[in-house]
Amino acid sequence: MPEKTATYRSDEPAKVIRVLSDDGTLDPRHDPKLSDQEVTEIYRWMVTTRQLDERLVALQRQGRIGFHVGSLGEEGAIIGSAFAMRKTDWLFPCYREFGAALMRGLGLQTFIDNMFGNANDTVQGRQMPDHYTCREVGWCSVSSPVGTQITQAVGFSWGAKIDGKDVASLVYFGDGATSSSDFHSGMNFAGVFKVPTVFFCRNNGWAISVPVERQTATRTFAEKAAAYGIPGVRVDGNDVFAVVSVVREAVRRGEQGLGPTLIEAITYRMGGHSTSDDPNRYRATDELKPWAERDPLERLRQYLERRKLWDDRAEQALIADIDQRFRAAVAIGEKTPPPPLESIFEDVYEKPPWHLQEQRAELLRGPRAPSPHS
Amino acid sequence: MSQMNMVQAINEALRSSMRRDKRVVVLGEDVGKVGGVFRVTAGLSEEFGEERVIDTPLSENGIVGCAVGMALYGMVPVVEIQFADFIWPAYDQIVNELAKYRYRSGGEYPAKLVIRTPVGGGIRGGHYHSQHPEAAFIHVSGLKVVCPSNPYDAKGLLLSAIQDPDPVLFFEPKRVYRAAKGEVPEGDYTVPLESARIVRPGRHVTVLAYGAMLYEALDAAEKASEKGVEAEVIDLRTLWPVDIATIVTSVKHTGRLVVVHEAARTCGFGAELVSLVVERCFYHLEAPPVRVTGFDTPFPYTLEMEYMPLSHRILPALLDSARS
Repeated sequence: MPEKTATYRSDEPAKVIRVLSDDGTLDPRHDPKLSDQEVTEIYRWMVTTRQLDERLVALQRQGRIGFHVGSLGEEGAIIGSAFAMRKTDWLFPCYREFGAALMRGLGLQTFIDNMFGNANDTVQGRQMPDHYTCREVGWCSVSSPVGTQITQAVGFSWGAKIDGKDVASLVYFGDGATSSSDFHSGMNFAGVFKVPTVFFCRNNGWAISVPVERQTATRTFAEKAAAYGIPGVRVDGNDVFAVVSVVREAVRRGEQGLGPTLIEAITYRMGGHSTSDDPNRYRATDELKPWAERDPLERLRQYLERRKLWDDRAEQALIADIDQRFRAAVAIGEKTPPPPLESIFEDVYEKPPWHLQEQRAELLRGPRAPSPHS
Repeated sequence: MSQMNMVQAINEALRSSMRRDKRVVVLGEDVGKVGGVFRVTAGLSEEFGEERVIDTPLSENGIVGCAVGMALYGMVPVVEIQFADFIWPAYDQIVNELAKYRYRSGGEYPAKLVIRTPVGGGIRGGHYHSQHPEAAFIHVSGLKVVCPSNPYDAKGLLLSAIQDPDPVLFFEPKRVYRAAKGEVPEGDYTVPLESARIVRPGRHVTVLAYGAMLYEALDAAEKASEKGVEAEVIDLRTLWPVDIATIVTSVKHTGRLVVVHEAARTCGFGAELVSLVVERCFYHLEAPPVRVTGFDTPFPYTLEMEYMPLSHRILPALLDSARS
């Protein structure tokens, strides 16, 4: 019988890896065997992230900072994945992962100074809030376009590989960025050259107002990996045990020279895209209910409480500590003056060429702008 | 010293940079085994291996995006984009990422790399193998843009570009890749960026040119000389930051300016050069500045010699300017 026209038939979508079951037990097949201390530390960073998110949104609503892009509901995916990376590895953020940067060692004051874009901001107020940088903890500078960091993350650990060093990179991006050319190029290059990059897709259901069905016709994001000859894994992004487990496995594969892994972390963006967004305009509130029931913080807290590792007192003490440190950082950040005028012209090149020197002189001798955004 | 063409001179600069500095890697389409479609990277793969001379998948956006990442790590990538006409998929990475990394990270992440790419027409390449897109990169804050015209400068400028702390677009005029020959020293030397060269002194009119059009400007200058007009021809070599001092000194001396470039006229680099000169030399000017350029059309195939600002179009501009 003559062969019919070849028709692509994919297998069933990969199962979603979960470790933490509803009854609080851990599935031994993927249990990352975190110590009690490690689990508690992860939880503390998740709470810290959420607490800071709430306070930063409030600051924006009060008109004290210009913008915030939060991670409400995605703390498990963000903190768990960063926790699984080694100190020597490098992380390439999207823009929603400040909690992970703080966990890696970004100072709270440094972060808050960035939110105010003041003179102490390491990027000198040149970018919007949440666009900080922290080279000393292996954290790349944040940019706003959704996919450009993907190829760069690949190039980074590819460079390390040529240099004979074992440095993995983990790159964060949302479901929307899987439509970008950088996603395709990054996955393709990493596959061909067996680069140890962990592609960490936070599938949070929404790209601003565009749902995942408008992003792709595939049933999952993980299956896109097949097109590049690399493994694709689906994981419950609200289950930190599962997230740590799959990311560690991806790092191990890289170490062994097996190349990259695509991880689709299934989670949900409980808030708006940013403080500039109103999700009520495009999604029904009842969509949030099932996700609220799977809140990553709640799930982990129940686990910790069952094991007597956490209680209300610990929670209140942590929140009080965060609140105090946040207030102190904001007090300093808010009263710190803006960056000096000259800073506009620095770091365009290593040394300002003649035209920037001329323009700097022009700005300095010219009239000052009215007080910003008053 | 030995006689070389531009292809050989650029190859020498790459080879010696790779010998001196292990961080230098070359990547692009067909740069490995075949040594590039113009053979500029010939022999590098044999000497330095596939890990440092990398044949990449066909994605300019992927090549530059990965090269930016390598640069963030600390490598010094020298990217080849096969033809400048193919650079546009990488424009986002070049403009928003490469050119801005140092600035947006407060100096934490200087992304230093060199992008080499052949430019220009006159090779029967049509729209997709003839563009000369310097203006689109000069306009972008954070990039340096270079366009040599001869083998000596090509080697010296590329050696400078690879050692420079900032990202450099290195445009190679492919029409004279092999036609332009000259003495090139063995070993390393540099031609500093941001320095123009007066190729032909003259007192009646200043001509600014670069790349392959330098030879057209020189030819027109010789013919003008026969008619008593002495043109001062300046090879800009580095387009941005341009050597403004040399230009201003010359125009203040001659009082006249003709700018030549292959790219389309409107918002071309000539517009900027004329503005810079008018702002600085207005009271020295004896005649309106003139642009002799490509037209504001796509680059045509059959009639490419009519499109390009060759000697026959430059000569009347020189004579008119000198006589007005």
